[in-house]
Amino acid sequence: MDETDLQVFIQGATHFFSHMGGEQAQIGTPYLASNCNSEIKGFTGIIGVTGKRKGSVYFTAPPVLLKVLLMTLGEDNTDHDNMCDMVGEVANVISGNARKEFGSEFLVSVPIVVVGRLDKIVVPPELRSFVVPITWKSYDASLVIALE
Amino acid sequence: MKLMIVDDSNIIRRKIERSTEIEGLEVVATASNGVEALEQFPKVRPDIVTMDLTMPEMGGIECVERMVEIDPSVIVLVVSALSDKATAIEALKKGANGFLCKPFTEEELNRAFRELLEEASHG
Repeated sequence: MDETDLQVFIQGATHFFSHMGGEQAQIGTPYLASNCNSEIKGFTGIIGVTGKRKGSVYFTAPPVLLKVLLMTLGEDNTDHDNMCDMVGEVANVISGNARKEFGSEFLVSVPIVVVGRLDKIVVPPELRSFVVPITWKSYDASLVIALE
Repeated sequence: MKLMIVDDSNIIRRKIERSTEIEGLEVVATASNGVEALEQFPKVRPDIVTMDLTMPEMGGIECVERMVEIDPSVIVLVVSALSDKATAIEALKKGANGFLCKPFTEEELNRAFRELLEEASHG
């Protein structure tokens, strides 16, 4: 994975928030992380990637960001299930949009949502995990990209 | 006209339900995957269906194909995050009539509905 690939995901994230969230997200400087668990912020939507690329894409956010995002979308029900749904949908949209750039051999799974720490999910050690810090309406989230 | 919404995300189903502003277009059924959608489809006979593609149990492409076999006149608007050209072409080949990429705005959704209904009215 190189910087150009990373930009595809960053653009997907900025597009999502400007389009659905009504306000541009601020993107911080991406960095490499050896332990993805340290980035986890409460709710995490995980997309498995197979085909030409292999690995996973995580979008992780605190409950407050998801609640505000739900309300921005006009959804008044901000319960646990809808927060799970929201975090999975963000990961899904960012990953799905990446196919436009990477082609249809970039296969994405349905989102898996994990609440809390990712104790049972391990990124293979040979994969480098890039963490993209995202700030939207002063709330912090992260996009974690671990692809071959 | 009767609208069916198929998407595994409750948020997206509700967003489509809330955003639909086409006069006379009424939501008659919602489903969270292709299997559920096909169970309901013959009972409610929708005129127009919004269809997600990446769903558990049965994905949208197969579901579109099966719906069109049951009712060739059904109008299907694919609403998906999979926005690559090959996926769109495959969906259209299987019988979908239009494609709307996620994320979408209310205006984009209603424009897509209007365009499809206009096309259908011109036969």
